[in-house]
Amino acid sequence: MNGTVAQLTARSLLGRRRTIVLMLLPLALLSLSVLVRALAGVEEDTAAGLLGAFGIAIMMPLLGLIAGTGSIGPEIDEGSIVYLLAKPLNRYSIVVTKLAVAVGVIVTVGVIPIAIAGLIMTSSLGGVTVAYTVGALAAGLAYAAIFLCLAVITKNAVVVGLIYALIWESLIGGIVPGAQALSVQQWSLAVAEQVDFGAASSAVDFGTGLVLLLVVTSGATAYAGRRLQTLRLNDDA
Amino acid sequence: MSTFVLDQVSRWYGNVVAVNDVTMRLGPGVTGLLGPNGAGKSTLIHMMSGFLAPSAGSVTLDDRPVHRDPEIYREIGLVPEREEMYDAVSGWSFVLANAKLHKLADPQSAAKRAIATVEMADAQDRDIRTYSKGMKQRIKMATALVHDPAVLLLDEPFNGMDPRQRLHLMDLLHRLGDEGRTILFSSHILEEVEQIAARIEVMVAGRHAASGDFREIRRLMTQRPHQYTIRSDDDRALASAVIADASTSAVELVADGVGGSLVRVEATDFAAFTHALPQLAAHHGIRLLEVHPADESLESVFSYLVAR
Repeated sequence: MNGTVAQLTARSLLGRRRTIVLMLLPLALLSLSVLVRALAGVEEDTAAGLLGAFGIAIMMPLLGLIAGTGSIGPEIDEGSIVYLLAKPLNRYSIVVTKLAVAVGVIVTVGVIPIAIAGLIMTSSLGGVTVAYTVGALAAGLAYAAIFLCLAVITKNAVVVGLIYALIWESLIGGIVPGAQALSVQQWSLAVAEQVDFGAASSAVDFGTGLVLLLVVTSGATAYAGRRLQTLRLNDDA
Repeated sequence: MSTFVLDQVSRWYGNVVAVNDVTMRLGPGVTGLLGPNGAGKSTLIHMMSGFLAPSAGSVTLDDRPVHRDPEIYREIGLVPEREEMYDAVSGWSFVLANAKLHKLADPQSAAKRAIATVEMADAQDRDIRTYSKGMKQRIKMATALVHDPAVLLLDEPFNGMDPRQRLHLMDLLHRLGDEGRTILFSSHILEEVEQIAARIEVMVAGRHAASGDFREIRRLMTQRPHQYTIRSDDDRALASAVIADASTSAVELVADGVGGSLVRVEATDFAAFTHALPQLAAHHGIRLLEVHPADESLESVFSYLVAR
């Protein structure tokens, strides 16, 4: 971890229009949860449905995509990453720091709003609320690591990330049961299910989900650090 | 005192050879890396700054390979060609951040010193995005100088600068070179290079075309055969007068395609020929209508050097 890298990352991640986009998703979730509470009262199944379908399935991949790619992609595109790379800094520490900043942003605009939404809909911090909050944290971490790594590998990280989140997880995962085993969404739901059995259900069991989350998160981070060691700064020969 | 050694360095991308078997040695003082666009200057600088592995050969700084060794940046200051920085911060914050990234003992005073060196103290509190091109270039210099490196690599530092900024940077590079730093900067403009660099390395089409003192390079460049096309009111008389002079080696009378004619002259001694031509014309009562150097583009000058 490096404080200066974190500061520069946070400034370029939050200094732009991205902040507004980042705020839209939690605002939508909170408005919906207020609406649900007003119309349906305290209804745990409805709350779980909203937190799962919107919080985990839509917000987390999108926030992970924006914060994960945004914490390093623009710097690589613009070439300003050279100011970090031309320093006696460990490349892995650069990646871990950027991941930490991205996760910090996701917790602020994703995980905490999910906890608040759960609280609004169930009037309780237990059960559904805590299950989806922990699940969202697991999802946010994994998505951020995957999409950060993607941004180091390709300039089209946002497109590739969207295709993964929308086509693979939502579409194919919804039709083909086997595809669900390879889905961050299902792994995080397994974590949520473990926290509160009735609140969530996942296509994979907890052990599998947890191991895959850990392997993918640490693997993506390690690979991003490795790629950063030999990152080519110019594409013009 | 640091010495860069490039030993039979080549770099290719797929089938394209960007740098072809270059061997050079760079010691303290200012060296200019001269060559037309696409000659491989940037590729060479990227290899020297450790971001690109040579496909063959070795790049070492004081006997240490530079690729994949972040510790090397304690010795190297790099001024990249691209202008983008973290532009939502002030010049001061950015230079200070660079000092901290170097883990310097006293980043504040290091940043202060670097900003003073490039004379940016007055504008240091403004956001980088409000800077002019020349100011950005100076802040880039400050970030490269903040850790007092023994080596400074600059990729096309004069690009887009106005004459005053250019002069300022030349002066600065002079001073830094006199302090005993090893400085390499690339440029495609001979005049720029010869004003500051004691030594010049010329790259053409990926090859190391010439090396040495700028006077030597200039002599090579000016004493090559020069071609001129001349239009006059009596081309045949001019042709015979010109070939009689010792400064020329060939004369050709050609149609200009629109019913008239042209004299094409190859001069072996460029200085003598340009001196003799008006005198010859006056002596023979010929009016010169147009005198045109045929191959003065930088590329042709460089390709002559390569062909030698």
